[in-house]
Amino acid sequence: MVKAEAVHKSFGRLEVLRGIDLEVQPKEVMCMIGPSGSGKSTFLRCINHLEKIDAGRLSVDGELVGYRQQGDKLYELGEGEVSQKRSEIGMVFQRFNLFPHMTALENVIEAPIRVKRESRTVAVERGRQLLERVGLAEKVNVYPNQLSGGQQQRVAIARALAMQPKLMLFDEPTSALDPELVGDVLDAMRGLAEDGMTMVVVTHEMGFAREVGDSLVFMDGGVIVEAGKPRDILSNPQQERTRAFLSKVL
Amino acid sequence: MSEITSGQRFGPSPGPRPEAIKAIPVRHTWRWVSAVLVLLVAAQLIYSIVTAPNLKWEIVGRYLFQGLIRGGIVVTLELTVLAMVIGVALGVILAVMRISPNPVVSSLSWFYIWFFRGTPVLVQIFFWFNLNLVLPHITLGIAGTPFFWRGPGTNTLITNFMAAVLGLGLNEAAYMAEIVRAGIISVEHGQTEAAQALGMTRLLVMRRIVLPQAMRVIIPPTGNETISMLKTSSLAFVAAVPELFTRGEQISSANFDVVELIFVVSVWYLFMTSILTVGQFYLERYFARGSQRELPPTPFERLRRMLFTFHAPPPMPAELLPPAPAVPGSEHR
Repeated sequence: MVKAEAVHKSFGRLEVLRGIDLEVQPKEVMCMIGPSGSGKSTFLRCINHLEKIDAGRLSVDGELVGYRQQGDKLYELGEGEVSQKRSEIGMVFQRFNLFPHMTALENVIEAPIRVKRESRTVAVERGRQLLERVGLAEKVNVYPNQLSGGQQQRVAIARALAMQPKLMLFDEPTSALDPELVGDVLDAMRGLAEDGMTMVVVTHEMGFAREVGDSLVFMDGGVIVEAGKPRDILSNPQQERTRAFLSKVL
Repeated sequence: MSEITSGQRFGPSPGPRPEAIKAIPVRHTWRWVSAVLVLLVAAQLIYSIVTAPNLKWEIVGRYLFQGLIRGGIVVTLELTVLAMVIGVALGVILAVMRISPNPVVSSLSWFYIWFFRGTPVLVQIFFWFNLNLVLPHITLGIAGTPFFWRGPGTNTLITNFMAAVLGLGLNEAAYMAEIVRAGIISVEHGQTEAAQALGMTRLLVMRRIVLPQAMRVIIPPTGNETISMLKTSSLAFVAAVPELFTRGEQISSANFDVVELIFVVSVWYLFMTSILTVGQFYLERYFARGSQRELPPTPFERLRRMLFTFHAPPPMPAELLPPAPAVPGSEHR
């Protein structure tokens, strides 16, 4: 589903990604861990072209991200095409980023109506189902500032799912939450994984990575240090750097 | 004994609630002294105006509701509304153009703002008023080809009134563009990213997500601009538009009661700006809903509190104040 080959990315003179190679299979849940500044969030943002990569190849579902290849030439995609591809990838942010001037339901149905041109009835119908699925059936007409952090993040998940994405990206979805509220969000994500959604999750929740993740990637300094089955890496890391990191967070 | 020295105890403190604090308030002697001084000076000023030997108050009274003045008020209001409509509509377009990634579009907006903010509005009105001197006809297309349209005479299209509306409105658009841009910048970038991640295009993000949230920042300075426009519209005098100030001038040049008519005109300007000020206050209060826990007190509530205590009402805590964006170029003309 996602394939990265020698992906490089710099911000000015700072090289954030220094050659990332990885592959995510359909229905796989890949968790990415690592210290802050290791490049995991940047890599996630490259997948839906919120950041442009400088070198290497990155493709989703067999199609290059942000470019079209004809022969050996690359053509940059226009805004419309980039948006179209983004609409097939859901993303959940650390800071929720709900639209504060819209109710929970309006947040969820906005993109299906405006981007996918769905009829309002259809969008509302599915929006309600999605909010019910993340346990917020009674919060349909409530504005984000009246919701707790955990509730907001679950609305954000419903909002991303409303576009019926083929891939979901999670950028530290529980890092801004009170410890008490983390569980509800992780439960929603677990349910999603059980339904067979392909997910890439940047997280510090080692428990989630161990129980739900199919694969685990440990990044540091813009490269992948170690990758494999979550259980193996978490209980028996092979690299010294991984061991040092895990000894601090576990 | 041991319980008290430990300094901590679970649950509420035992015993009855201690009586509420009663203390003698600080005496504000200088407040009273300064109030008396200010009143004395004000009384002196009013006395000298009221008893000015050559000021004919009956003239002020006679012209206050006179037909020509009333007509002038209507024209002033028309000018203000039309110029603000042009200013706000064009200002939003210019602001969106200004932050466009398209260099042609953004430099066009930059150039517009540079030009219309860099020349006096009085000169601009005068320019539109005299356009027919250099362009007797409005034309469109390329001369010498069939794609050429010769419109009506410039003076038919741009009447005195139109010249004033264009001059005021196009100038205002340059200022509004900067106000709207400040509003757009004030919206957190994560909003744009979240919307883009959902597949929304730039213009859709702007229209549905960013601009509605920018309104809270845009509304207060727009109120200021409207109040300012009401008074600036008196510059339409140079295009001989019969608005309030022009009417006052015309009457006083016939009866030589200059100061009396300045009084009449000023009373009306003050009356209209007062109404707008009240309107602006309630508009801001309305748009602050949802973002503030407690709404700021209405003027009446503040006045009542002040009369009661002779304390200035407490300043609003910074978090309750509407955000005052640094609007580049909103300094007064």
